[in-house]
Amino acid sequence: MYQILKQIARSGIVTEPAPQPDEALRASAQRLGEAILGHFGRALAIRHVDAGSCNGCELEIHAMNSPFTNPEQLGIKFVASPRHADLLLVTGPVSRNMETALRRTWDATPDPKLVVAIGDCGCTGGIFGESYASCGRVSNVIPVDVAVPGCPPTPEAILQGILTALSGKGR
Amino acid sequence: MKLKELDIEVEPLAGAMPAFRAATAPAELSEVCGWAHARRARLVALWGSDETRRGAGFALHVALAFPSGLVWLTAPLDRTSPRYPGIADIYPAANRMQRACADLLGIVPEEGADQRKWLRHGAWPEGTFPLRKDFDADARHAQRPDRYPFVPVAGEGVHEIPVGPVHAGTIEPGHFRFSVVGEKILRLEERLGYKHKGIEKLFESMTLEEGARLAGRVSGDSTVAYAWAYAMAVEGATGTEPPRRALGLRGILLELERIANHLGDLGYLGNDVSLPFGFFQFWRLKETLLRLNARLFGHRYLMDLVVPGGVARDVQRAEAEQLLAQLETVRREVAVLQAIYDEHAGAQDRFIMTGQVLPELAERMGLVGFAARASGIARDLRVDYPVPPYQQVDPRLISHTRGDVAARVSLRFEEVFESIRLIQALVEELPPGAVRAPLARPGPRAAGIGWIEGWRGEVLVALETDAGRIHRLHPHDPSWQNWPLLEHAVHGNIVPDFPLINKSFNLSYSGADL
Repeated sequence: MYQILKQIARSGIVTEPAPQPDEALRASAQRLGEAILGHFGRALAIRHVDAGSCNGCELEIHAMNSPFTNPEQLGIKFVASPRHADLLLVTGPVSRNMETALRRTWDATPDPKLVVAIGDCGCTGGIFGESYASCGRVSNVIPVDVAVPGCPPTPEAILQGILTALSGKGR
Repeated sequence: MKLKELDIEVEPLAGAMPAFRAATAPAELSEVCGWAHARRARLVALWGSDETRRGAGFALHVALAFPSGLVWLTAPLDRTSPRYPGIADIYPAANRMQRACADLLGIVPEEGADQRKWLRHGAWPEGTFPLRKDFDADARHAQRPDRYPFVPVAGEGVHEIPVGPVHAGTIEPGHFRFSVVGEKILRLEERLGYKHKGIEKLFESMTLEEGARLAGRVSGDSTVAYAWAYAMAVEGATGTEPPRRALGLRGILLELERIANHLGDLGYLGNDVSLPFGFFQFWRLKETLLRLNARLFGHRYLMDLVVPGGVARDVQRAEAEQLLAQLETVRREVAVLQAIYDEHAGAQDRFIMTGQVLPELAERMGLVGFAARASGIARDLRVDYPVPPYQQVDPRLISHTRGDVAARVSLRFEEVFESIRLIQALVEELPPGAVRAPLARPGPRAAGIGWIEGWRGEVLVALETDAGRIHRLHPHDPSWQNWPLLEHAVHGNIVPDFPLINKSFNLSYSGADL
C-alpha cells in the first residue's frame, strides 16, 4: 500500500483542461433543442458502440479515459448498457453485419439521446466506403448529431465532439 | 529445390523472410499436411482464391511454418465443384479459416468437416460468394435473418448467457454464448464476423501503392505490423530492396507499437481486478509515449509510416535521443509498477491459475504470439528467422510455462523491457542513408510474402499481383489461431473472470473478421 501511495504522490495530477466545444463539428440538420438537452442535467452517460471500426478509434476512446483528459472530472462516464445512456459514441463504417445491432442499440437508448460518430469512417465511411459488407457512414444507419473526423481522432477531439453535442443553444 | 523437412518440390520466393512456394494436388493436401504436422510444422494461414480470370478454377492456399521458413502450398481446385479434403483434423485452427473460405469463395471441404457458416451473417445470400471475381463489390443485398446453430448444452441447472455483439466495455463487437452452472463456465462458444467489412475484396480494386493504407487499417492496434508485412510482400513481389536505415526504423516503430499495446493492456488488467491505480498509471505512461510518437513521427499510433519501399519519415539523431530518454523513464516507472503488481495479493489472487492454457493444448491448437510464449511455446519470428534489422540486435526470447493470466501479465512486463532494449540497440546501430527506395515494377504476375511478429503474434500478408495490381491479398491476423483457445481458457472459470481472461489475450475482432 505504501508503494502505491508513493507512486500516486510521485505521479501527481496530470489531468489537463477540457477542450472547448466546436460548432464546426455539428451535423447542422440534426441539432437537438434546448428543451431536450435540459433533460440531461450535468452528468452524461455514454454507451460506446463499435459498429465495424479497425479498432484504431477504440484505442483513442480508451486514451480519452486516461488521466490526461479524464472525462469523469466533467461528469462524463461510460455505462454498460444503452438503456442507461444519454449519448451513443459510434465508431467505424457500419458493417452490414452490425447494422441491425446498431439500430437495436439506438432503439434501446431512451429519448432524448445524442449520437456522436467518431473517426473518418464514422463521418464518411472512410477507406472502407460503402460495399456489399459496409453501410458506410454512421448517419446512413442512425441519426447523428456530431461527427468527429480523424484517423483516429485524438482523445481531445473526441471529448470536444462530445462537449459539442452537449452544448446546444442556451446551455 | 527441396527442403530438408518436406518431401515435395518447392520454389524459393524472393523477399526478406525465408519463404517457398509449392503446388500440390487437392487429393494429396491431407497427406502433405499430415506429414508437415508430424515434422512439427505449424499452420500459419489458410485461404482461397478465384483463378477463373486466369484461365483456371479456384485455388486453396495453406501457409505452413517450418524451421527453414514459410511454405506457401497451393492446391488448384475444380471450377465447377471446388472441393478439397479439410485439414482441421490435422490442424484444428483451420476450422474457422475453412469456413470463412467457404463463405467468401464457395470452396468447401469434403464431408466430415464443420460446414457451418462463419463470416456470412445476413448481408449476402447463401450461394453467392463475395471474393469470386464475378461478385459485384458494390451490390447491396437485402439483410437476411442470421440463424446460427450454436451448440446447445443441456443438463440440470445449466443456463445460457448470451453476450454481445455490443459489449459492456469499450471493445469490439462479437457474440459470446456462455453455458453456465451457477457462476461456473461449462462452455463458451464464440460467434464472430460482425466486423466483416469486405477488406479482401477492397484490396482487389487497388494498386500496390494504394493497398498500403488499407493494410494499416486491418487491425488498427497492429498498424505497424500490418503495414510492414504488406510492404514486405510488395517488396518481395516487385524485387524492391528497402534501404537498411528504413529497416532499422521499421524495427523501432514495431517495438514502439508492442510497448504501447502492452502498457495499455497492463493498465486494463489492473482495472479488471479492482486495481484502477494500475489503469491510471499505465495509461499515463502510454499517453506520454503516444504524444512523443505524434511529435517524432506525426502519428500517435504510427499509421502510414511503413510504406512499400521503406518508411515515410526519417528521424534525426536528436529526436532519437528524446525517444531513448522517454523510454528510459518508461522503463524505470514500469519496474516500479511491476513490483507493485507482483506484491499485490488481491491482483495476484485473481491472476494466478485463471484462464489457464497448458503447453500441450497450446501446441495442439496452434496458439501463436505472446500468448503462446506464456504457454511454454518458445516461438518468435524475430528470433526464429533473424533477418535485418533484428539480426543485428539479437532479440531475447521470453517465455513462461504456466499459461495463466499471471503468466501473460508477467510476459508483457518482460516484453516491454526487452522492446525498450531493442529500440536502444536499433537506434545505436541505425545505418545512415536514404529511408525509401522507389518501387520496382513487378512482372505481369508476381507473388510476395510478408511475415512479421506483431505485438499480438505473427501477421502474414500473402500477395499475388496481376499487371501491377492486386489479384489476391490475404492479410492474416494471429487472432484466427488464438480465438478458439479463449473458448478453452475459460473452462471451469467463473463468469466474472471472463473479462480478465479476455483482456489478458486481447484479440482482434477486426483483424479476423476482415
